[in-house]
Amino acid sequence: MSNIPENLRYSKDHEWVLVDGDTATIGITDYAQHSLGDVVYIDMPRVGDKFGTHEAFGSVESVKAVSEIFTPVAGEVIEVNDSVNDTPEDVNNDPYEAGWMVKLKLDNPGEADALMSSVEYEEYLAASE
Amino acid sequence: MSEENLKKTPLNEAHRALGGRMVDFGGWDMPVQYTAGVIGEHMATRTAAGLFDVSHMGEIWVDGPGAIAFVNRLTTNDVRALIDGQAHYSALTNETGGVVDDLLVYRFAEEKLLLVVNAATTEKDWAWITSHHTDEDGCELTNASGDFCQIAVQGPKATAIVQKLTETDLSAIKYYHFTEGWVDGVESIISRTGYTGEDGFEVYAAPEYAERLWNKFLSTGGFGLDGGILPCGLAARNTLRLESAMSLYGHELGDDITPLEAGLGWITKLQKGDFTGSDALKRQKEAGLKRKLVGFEMTEPGIARDGCDVYVGDAKLGNVTSGSPAPFLKKNIGLAFLPAEFANIGQEIKIDVRGKHLSASVVPTPFYKRQK
Repeated sequence: MSNIPENLRYSKDHEWVLVDGDTATIGITDYAQHSLGDVVYIDMPRVGDKFGTHEAFGSVESVKAVSEIFTPVAGEVIEVNDSVNDTPEDVNNDPYEAGWMVKLKLDNPGEADALMSSVEYEEYLAASE
Repeated sequence: MSEENLKKTPLNEAHRALGGRMVDFGGWDMPVQYTAGVIGEHMATRTAAGLFDVSHMGEIWVDGPGAIAFVNRLTTNDVRALIDGQAHYSALTNETGGVVDDLLVYRFAEEKLLLVVNAATTEKDWAWITSHHTDEDGCELTNASGDFCQIAVQGPKATAIVQKLTETDLSAIKYYHFTEGWVDGVESIISRTGYTGEDGFEVYAAPEYAERLWNKFLSTGGFGLDGGILPCGLAARNTLRLESAMSLYGHELGDDITPLEAGLGWITKLQKGDFTGSDALKRQKEAGLKRKLVGFEMTEPGIARDGCDVYVGDAKLGNVTSGSPAPFLKKNIGLAFLPAEFANIGQEIKIDVRGKHLSASVVPTPFYKRQK
């Protein structure tokens, strides 16, 4: 059973978003890390890069696969988690805390409201089984 | 193909009970990894022991006075050089010298050979071999793929684990030799072979004993992450063989790739007499190889994957046949075909990884060699 924290919003591509004012922290969900297997490398954007909604901003590589990661919301990168490439296993072990990937300054702070709630995401996972 | 139509080994339920994540592998329902994950499984095999279900491999008996001559006519290695209880790595080749499959040839006796072929190519190989066989060959062919389970125990602790379960003196079995014996009271072929770059054994037995042997290897090996044996899925099997630069059919080998190009000149005995494709291979050798398989290591962050294009400068000159992170070496490595003039150690290359040209360097293979 996947761990799905209640305080986050979720995309259909299995990213999570934590909104704090006009800042969004983004990572991949427990379901996504489990599907990928052991993560070994994350290709990150740079601070200052701007992304629209649902644009590939990087990729997560596991031993056996690579998966692009998409922006669930539009904004400008204000911080990237540099430490995650030193300990990429954080994405597997702690996807919602230590394994966060980027922080965006949101173009539209209300945009994340359109994403799935934890309950909706759980139903989405159940339906896609 | 739906799950119901996939072929299953006798260990299918055991894999599921161990949390194996099952995938379709060439029509077989096989575990790609278990709960420890590919890195844990890979490291266990390098430092302790790994357990692999390879029951999906195909087995073909060749019996009769013409057995050696027949197999010698279809394969690249020299079957006449084998003694009883010895096996060798070889290739089935087509008329143009391309590889139909790679295989192991076991000599049980002068008139009794066993061919062990890849799972996904078993039917193709059987069709190929039987189509080149006539009554005049003086041997009978039997597709015995359903008669065996095959379990590999690999790693520095493998010999000690298997030894606890057999009275056969394993120290007397040299690398690429085998014997018939009893493992946990089960009649078995005990073969000192493998596909991981480690010492270890591949044990063949009747399929009804598969689960018993599998569980016995796990319990005898102290199943667990703390220095015990771990069951290993296809993902670890692939990274282990890639670190050891062993070829995988469909990647480094194929119908349009010759063993010479793939670096398998050591199993291609052009002096032994005619075999299927030998003329083409001799011509290729005399003319000089146009392309060669090389090993490379990424020299900047990023991971090359199977199929990526390889550049020298701005020229697209080759392709990656296998690329992956190497869990033990903690590098990103791969194998690729390059024009012979660029297939030199130290050659700088660029690999197109999803549109980015990342730097890599041609390095010696195998990437990993175990300390003896």
